[in-house]
Amino acid sequence: MKASVIIFPGSNCDRDIKISLEKFGIKTSMVWHADTKLPKSDLIVLPGGFSYGDYLRCGSIASKSRIMKEVITHSKKGGLVMGICNGFQVLVETQLLPGVLIRNINLKFICKNITVKVTNNKTNFTSQTYRNSILEIPIAHNEGNYFAKKDLISELEDNNQIVLQYCDTAGNVTEQCNPNGSIKNIAGIINKKGNVFGLMPHPERASDKLLGGMDGSMIFKSLK
Amino acid sequence: MQKVNQELAIKHGLTSEEYNKIIKLMGRNPNLVELGIFSAMWNEHCSYKSSRIWLQTLPTKNKYVIQGPGENAGVVDFGDGDVVIFKIESHNHPSYIEPYQGAATGVGGILRDVFTMGARPVANLNSIRFGSPTHEKTKYLLNGVVSGIGGYGNCIGVPTVGGETEFDECYNGNILVNAMNIGIAKKDKVFYSIASGIGNPVVYVGSKTGRDGIHGATMASAEFDEDSESKKPTVQVGDPFTEKLLLEACLELMQKKSIVSIQDMGAAGLTSSSIEMASKGDLGIKINLNLIPCRENNMTPYEIMLSESQERMLMVLKKGKEKEAQKIFEKWGLDFAIIGELTNSKKLELEFNKKNVCSIPIHSLGDNAPKYKREYVTYNYPKTINHDSEIEKLDIKDSLIKILSHHNYSNKSWVWEQYDHMVMTDTIQKPGGDSAIVRYHGKNKGIAATVDCVPRYCKAHPKSGAMQAVCETWRNLISVGAQPIAITNCLNFGNPEKKEIMGQFVDSINGMKEACEALNYPVISGNVSLYNETNGVAIYPTPTIGGVGLLKNINNMMTFNFKNTESIIAIIGETSGHLSQSALIYDILEDKDGPPPQINLKEEKKNGLFISDLIKGKMVSAVHDISHGGIIVTLAEMCMASNIGAKIKVSGSNIDKIKYLFSEDQARYLIEINKKNLEKVKNIANDKNIKIDIIGKTQSEIFEIENNLKISVKELKTKNESWFKNYNKN
Amino acid sequence: MKLQVIVTLKRDVLDPQGSAIKSSLSNMGFKNIESLRQGKTFEIIVKEKDEKVALSKAKDMCEKLLANLTIEDYSVKAIKE
Repeated sequence: MKASVIIFPGSNCDRDIKISLEKFGIKTSMVWHADTKLPKSDLIVLPGGFSYGDYLRCGSIASKSRIMKEVITHSKKGGLVMGICNGFQVLVETQLLPGVLIRNINLKFICKNITVKVTNNKTNFTSQTYRNSILEIPIAHNEGNYFAKKDLISELEDNNQIVLQYCDTAGNVTEQCNPNGSIKNIAGIINKKGNVFGLMPHPERASDKLLGGMDGSMIFKSLK
Repeated sequence: MQKVNQELAIKHGLTSEEYNKIIKLMGRNPNLVELGIFSAMWNEHCSYKSSRIWLQTLPTKNKYVIQGPGENAGVVDFGDGDVVIFKIESHNHPSYIEPYQGAATGVGGILRDVFTMGARPVANLNSIRFGSPTHEKTKYLLNGVVSGIGGYGNCIGVPTVGGETEFDECYNGNILVNAMNIGIAKKDKVFYSIASGIGNPVVYVGSKTGRDGIHGATMASAEFDEDSESKKPTVQVGDPFTEKLLLEACLELMQKKSIVSIQDMGAAGLTSSSIEMASKGDLGIKINLNLIPCRENNMTPYEIMLSESQERMLMVLKKGKEKEAQKIFEKWGLDFAIIGELTNSKKLELEFNKKNVCSIPIHSLGDNAPKYKREYVTYNYPKTINHDSEIEKLDIKDSLIKILSHHNYSNKSWVWEQYDHMVMTDTIQKPGGDSAIVRYHGKNKGIAATVDCVPRYCKAHPKSGAMQAVCETWRNLISVGAQPIAITNCLNFGNPEKKEIMGQFVDSINGMKEACEALNYPVISGNVSLYNETNGVAIYPTPTIGGVGLLKNINNMMTFNFKNTESIIAIIGETSGHLSQSALIYDILEDKDGPPPQINLKEEKKNGLFISDLIKGKMVSAVHDISHGGIIVTLAEMCMASNIGAKIKVSGSNIDKIKYLFSEDQARYLIEINKKNLEKVKNIANDKNIKIDIIGKTQSEIFEIENNLKISVKELKTKNESWFKNYNKN
Repeated sequence: MKLQVIVTLKRDVLDPQGSAIKSSLSNMGFKNIESLRQGKTFEIIVKEKDEKVALSKAKDMCEKLLANLTIEDYSVKAIKE
């Protein structure tokens, strides 16, 4: 598997994701946002960070970058795309994924380890996990509150597009364990075709025993 | 043109003597631009005129120190050609006026001080102090400062991994925001600010210059009064996105061989950076102000030179390397302008609209700036106070809970969960422990760091308090298995023109000096913030110490959560029962009298090295240094961090027990020993003449003092986590 | 030509910032506020003499970048100097 990580001005987690991908044997190239061509890739990753300082709306300016045209083409051809945190925000701004990510309900940036339930383990990104397995992965965001209208949410549910949901350590999806107010505790979704995945938690921060956990590696193992 | 006279000079914060000195050095009256430049360079914040002679007495060397004070930040050797670069700085006055931007630009400024030396910043720490929680401004300031630190640090992608947050009414009129940054670099790729090469181009990069913060440095050196609110427009606004671009562009250029010297534009902006670079190289510098990228129309030379617009750097490049550098900065979308050159005139010469608007002998601004030996008093160690009658009837459980749920001793995750402490994926010990640890990227070693100070100790006896601050950072580094290397200091005091305040400063320096010498733990960088007073009331002397240590092997990192039940719990170090200035007496009983605990530097060193050996020899499973609240609070913290309880025994009368459990004697640690290692540990302790007290063992779930109290660890946690949650509810 | 663009949240979208601001105002003594929603305004000066063309350009900017049509509405108008 070959991956390309897009670097926007203000991206912060590009180096982090490269390290994790390569740890799991995924050859990774770094691509500057102003480039017009993508190297041959199976997977495109939009990393976490504060592209364009989160100006206007998170991910809005990055979504208009020249390279995003290539990313859209890649996804239309069925290529894999994964957007982490700010990357997820870019994907919803580009409309490669439906819905929006708005300000956390308590209006504060939150950085902590949380637990998510794998609601759909039949995706390209979660195939190595068990259904309803619980992963402990950190979040770090100010605008991770997933919002979509009622009919869109029903559609996501009907099509099994909800992949990760915030839950407690026993796997219960409750309001108390929802860190940001996301509807249905949504932490990660895929598109209808199943090749584009967006998630707010940072799997690259949970792929090293020394950093406190290995649950994030399940996603990289699934991608391999 | 405004008439330049003594009256105007005084309005600029200069004394009449200083103004006369300027006339003498110039050989004539200065014009307005020149006066503005002198006032910026000669104020306390830039010239250190009240503190310089004392700072020069501090120890600044050990075998690890490559660069001590005098540069943008200090540099220490971390082995294998790796260096660590760090510094702490204050941004107190701007944060009181506009807390979000004040704190944010404080973080931005210290980041630049580190990456201007070629280091990639890898960790932020901070020490923030507010007034009483019931003071009308505190909630607003707390929220603003924490948001500002997070807002800037998170956006630029450098983890904020440690710090302290404290409240005391002495800060009601003057909050403290001290920001520390640590970066890494290769030994042979460190960049300094000394300019060289006559004719070499002087280049400006970063954001455009606006009217922000004009006279910010002057404000930093002034006390507040009722008019301070109206100073709002002088606060700088930070842009962390631009700083991220600037950071990446600078680090990219630093890979080439084109930079001769580089300095960030911080306090007094273009003025201080150009003067410092040229005077260090004993050269002159000529700048054409028409070439400065400006954000506003019709900016005057005065405004351009004194602007404190953020996110700007000044560089001297090798001749011929300009195009290569420009390409990099344009790629990152930043302004790049060749604004002048180095000369042999030994003057700061400024041109505007083809006219010379400033010509100042360069050394008069820095080296020949005023240096004062202000009058000071010396503080004797206060008389001992007997607290027996106050504590006789105290209930131990009640006192413990009061401390754990007190605003100063509560769990601070409300604060640090607003900081991204994981970005860069090298944080191996998160906030909440004795020290933070970040892995040295790509290597098997770690950088341990902590910031500490106990201001109430410093108020009671400045010399002891400053000594204690140094020792506490040392202990906190030892406790995580690191070898303490060096410190950076942020000295926050009131008005030095008052001999009582100057006395606090001098005594603190002497205390620090003794501790640094005894522990071979020198000062490599720092900052002084004076005039922290409002309406004549000063803050407590607050010498914040940032300590950095080397963890040779990250797999040997130590933490303070208990690892097992049925382990032995022991105390290393002598407990004599000193209660004055303790959390119990000062915060809970509100008795502010009495001396702070005595520091015995020999004991600190002996006990610390013993703990280091135990950790290296894998003979202990948890270590926590004993500080606020004494043995009982330290023990409770170890339980809460692990969800494992403890059962200990204390003997004697209620007074004896309280003294034992809550005293804040120094040079002590609480450790967890696996039963099989107990004899070995006792033997080594006896050999080295180390005091060791076995006080009990760990057990599941319950925190227990035999015949005295029994409470679930869960309940302790609930009490400990309640204050911040409730404070911000409304 | 000077144009003013106002971007507001659609009615049914939660506005936690607006709620927090309303609470603050209420605590300050402004008790009669029924509702408060936060929006953004953009002031754009375009090199265009024809008002219709300028407004159409502004609309295009909104549709393409300035507003997220999933959750935001926009209005544009020309400001007479």
